[in-house]
Amino acid sequence: MAEQVSNVTHKYLRPKKTFPNVWCPGCGIGIAMGALIRAIDTLELDRNEVSIVSGIGCSARIPVYLDFNTLHTTHGRAIAFATGVKLGNPRLHVIVISGDGDLLAIGGNHFIHTARRNIDITCILINNYIYGMTGGQYSPTTPFAKNASTAPFGMVEQSFDPSDLAISSGATYVARGTVYHASQLSRLISQAIQHKGFSFVEVIANCHTQYGRLNREGSAVKMIQWQKECAVPVSTAAKMSPEELEGKFVIGKLHEVFRPEYVSEYQKTIDRFSREEKSDQQLQES
Amino acid sequence: MADAEEVEIKKKKWKRRPDPVVIYKKWCKTCNICIEMCPKNVFDTDRDGYPVVSRGLDCTQCTICWMHCPEFAITSNEK
Repeated sequence: MAEQVSNVTHKYLRPKKTFPNVWCPGCGIGIAMGALIRAIDTLELDRNEVSIVSGIGCSARIPVYLDFNTLHTTHGRAIAFATGVKLGNPRLHVIVISGDGDLLAIGGNHFIHTARRNIDITCILINNYIYGMTGGQYSPTTPFAKNASTAPFGMVEQSFDPSDLAISSGATYVARGTVYHASQLSRLISQAIQHKGFSFVEVIANCHTQYGRLNREGSAVKMIQWQKECAVPVSTAAKMSPEELEGKFVIGKLHEVFRPEYVSEYQKTIDRFSREEKSDQQLQES
Repeated sequence: MADAEEVEIKKKKWKRRPDPVVIYKKWCKTCNICIEMCPKNVFDTDRDGYPVVSRGLDCTQCTICWMHCPEFAITSNEK
């Protein structure tokens, strides 16, 4: 690397990996990865106590470059593996990174049930509205009437709102950020890691190679500036009518509640029964 | 004459300021995000499309360029 290393991101990159990375020039996933690293750096977490799990897709290449405990798993099952990691070692901060096709299409069932269970996992969804790696097929978040390589005359189906889905499934921290607002994004991710319970951060990223090309949305820079135009902060959105909010999205912390967490509740149950067993043994001995 | 000598002495004393940000060309993929997002218009493109720092004195260390670099190719030079 360059002689002067003052960029904090370089501390956490795997030294043996070849750079530049695999993503297309200007891909938003790189910016989201930088935001994640800065969030972990500001929290000053121990490198051995962070575990990053991913599935398959463009965004699932993130753990390959990061120097933490990482796990690269099968398509859509990242959250299932992460649940096992968290239950096996509750000391770890488990972070799941996933794309929209990975988390909402093939892993949709895992996602809603982990949100319902409220296990202490941070889930980061990088939403670029399309399956980028496999050639631009439409995903559950492709907006209505937009083109994809499997929807050449416009999308006929309605799309998911991942944050609304997470709130209604029972996630206790839900936030949305964009790669344009990178500093806010790293703040949201650090809040999500600190939150006890299932926390979900949706990151709106650009895929100019597939989505931008098929919908004539221009270069990476144009797509990132589109995010700036369409993003509305939570405080401003509260004063706006639903008609004004059409075609825009709200960014910031959308939802935060506190509910009993799964791992600690599970441990309480184990403790209760082991205590009863002990008291039974003492009775038999006496 | 005295003025000319002074100027020469000043020239010797004057050292070139280091660039406020360093671009690691090997990792750069010329996506132009840094050039477009810089609020002070510090960067220019060279012949191959890579960004170069041409107005380094305008830089305010706002961190936008290296925060938005997807390839981690920009580092701040100030500690």
